[in-house]
Amino acid sequence: MEIFTPLAYLVSSVLFIMALRGLAGPETARRGFLYGVAGMVLAILVTIMLPNVTPYGLIILGVLIGGGIGSAIALKIEMTALPQLVAAFHSLVGLAAVCVAIAAFYSPDAYGIGSVGNIKLASLIEMSLGAVIGAITFTGSIIAWGKLQGVVTGKPITFNMQHMINAFLAGLLLLFVIMLCVTQLSFYFWLIVIIACVLGVLIIIPIGGADMPVIVSMLNSYSGWAAAGIGFTLHNNLLIIVGALVGASGAILSYIMCKGMNRSFFNVILGGFGGEQAASAQDMGDRNANLGSAEDAAYIMKNSSKVIIVPGYGMAVAQAQHALREMADVLKSHGVDVKYAIHPVAGRMPGHMNVLLAEANVPYDEVFELEDINRDFAMTDVVYVIGANDITNPAAKTDTTSPIYGMPVLDVDKAKTVLFVKRSLGSGYAGIDNPLFYENGTMMLLDDAKKMTENIVKALE
Amino acid sequence: MTTEQAFNKDLMGIAEAANELAAVASQAAFNAHNAVEPVVNNGDSFLITGLTVFILACFVGYYVVWRVTPALHSPLMAMTNALSSVIIVGALLALVVSATSFSKIMGFIAVILASINIFGGFIVTRRMLHMFKKKG
Repeated sequence: MEIFTPLAYLVSSVLFIMALRGLAGPETARRGFLYGVAGMVLAILVTIMLPNVTPYGLIILGVLIGGGIGSAIALKIEMTALPQLVAAFHSLVGLAAVCVAIAAFYSPDAYGIGSVGNIKLASLIEMSLGAVIGAITFTGSIIAWGKLQGVVTGKPITFNMQHMINAFLAGLLLLFVIMLCVTQLSFYFWLIVIIACVLGVLIIIPIGGADMPVIVSMLNSYSGWAAAGIGFTLHNNLLIIVGALVGASGAILSYIMCKGMNRSFFNVILGGFGGEQAASAQDMGDRNANLGSAEDAAYIMKNSSKVIIVPGYGMAVAQAQHALREMADVLKSHGVDVKYAIHPVAGRMPGHMNVLLAEANVPYDEVFELEDINRDFAMTDVVYVIGANDITNPAAKTDTTSPIYGMPVLDVDKAKTVLFVKRSLGSGYAGIDNPLFYENGTMMLLDDAKKMTENIVKALE
Repeated sequence: MTTEQAFNKDLMGIAEAANELAAVASQAAFNAHNAVEPVVNNGDSFLITGLTVFILACFVGYYVVWRVTPALHSPLMAMTNALSSVIIVGALLALVVSATSFSKIMGFIAVILASINIFGGFIVTRRMLHMFKKKG
């Protein structure tokens, strides 16, 4: 039995790795999903079967309560609310890690890491680490959830000495961990947890709404590191392996998102980006944009041969994905070739747009990533930009003074005609005017994304 | 009969040699056991084992996740979110093995939280993956 448990955990770890491997493509993804579930079931069953793990009553009760809540939320949630949901789930992992760390601190003998008041040094450090990362994940994810849900303002909240205060708190954390190791007093342990909770809030509040893809990925990564920290505390290889996998995954996603914005990770973390709107928006005031109607747009698209659709966060907000699919279907019935182009940071989490289009039954082989489709714009008649702005801004390629200079953008300006569905001529998230609005080949369709798309469908029929 | 006697003698010789070998082996095993025991009993040695596992797992994660197609990055996040709830293993132990009732309560809360995540994460992942369809 002693050898059986670690072996089963090993099998479970391999299943988890195969689960992630399955996500390499949509065909293998469902099998990967089954591997993931199998790994989790195995891990839980083996743990329950340990000889000293009885009675089952509380376990079953806990799993039933949690499982019921989790299932109810996951079955009901709208796909547009996905980023909030993921952020909320991250916070739960963080809190669970904190709870386990506290349990381990008060009952170290249960895990064989010493006795109360005499916990091994390495275990104390690991425990503090797990609790700190867990607490930061917990409160940070709550703030991220609030920003995505609209409960907390999406604008960056900055104040004087912000970074100094964060650094000071981090220093305090270090000091209290040392004090905890020396004295073994629970007082310091609680201080560590509380300060880490405060730090989690302070780290996330200066970060603006459109940087959320990076933040959600980062918190994803943290939830993994927290699990790994707990794995070290409990001497459990399964937790360490899974924690490392999740941590690496989140870190890679953060990296991809940062690259998509041509910003360093630290630049995002330090926050404040997108705060000074209005500043540069005025000097373009004397230029005129071509305004158009749904009928104009329908006429132009019907008489073209190639259309590329560029969705952005605005499409998610307006829930326009189903209307958009309908429009694409009608265009296809008129013999128009329709494709979709996805920018890495479109939306509020990695892959957000892909999921929304998939939800609207857009086949995934019509959806292309930036590097696969960017050359096609030059040979395209019409680009339909819906709810996106900064990711199409040609200033990122030419204007060295622009805050988004160097960011990879979709080359929609190379197409013959650009149709922009937007609610107003205002600047995008980065607070920068888009010169594309005033080009001759551009037509602005000022309305709600869903309403405008539906009107175009009507005009097409 | 001489061949049989010789054969028996040989057999005895082999048996004797085997016995000696077994004695040597058991002595070696005993020595090895003694040599290993202090390392195993020393709690800090898990740090090295754990660190080895951790670093290797980071590399595995790195190479596996880079192969995930960008279109599936949202399901990837939902899935990893469910996977990190494997922390329920620690929560289960805290719930039933802990000596103090406070630790048990913490364990119980952690079991609930992790269960929300496991069910929620996997169900959302499944919903997303079932949306991805090919043309036609």
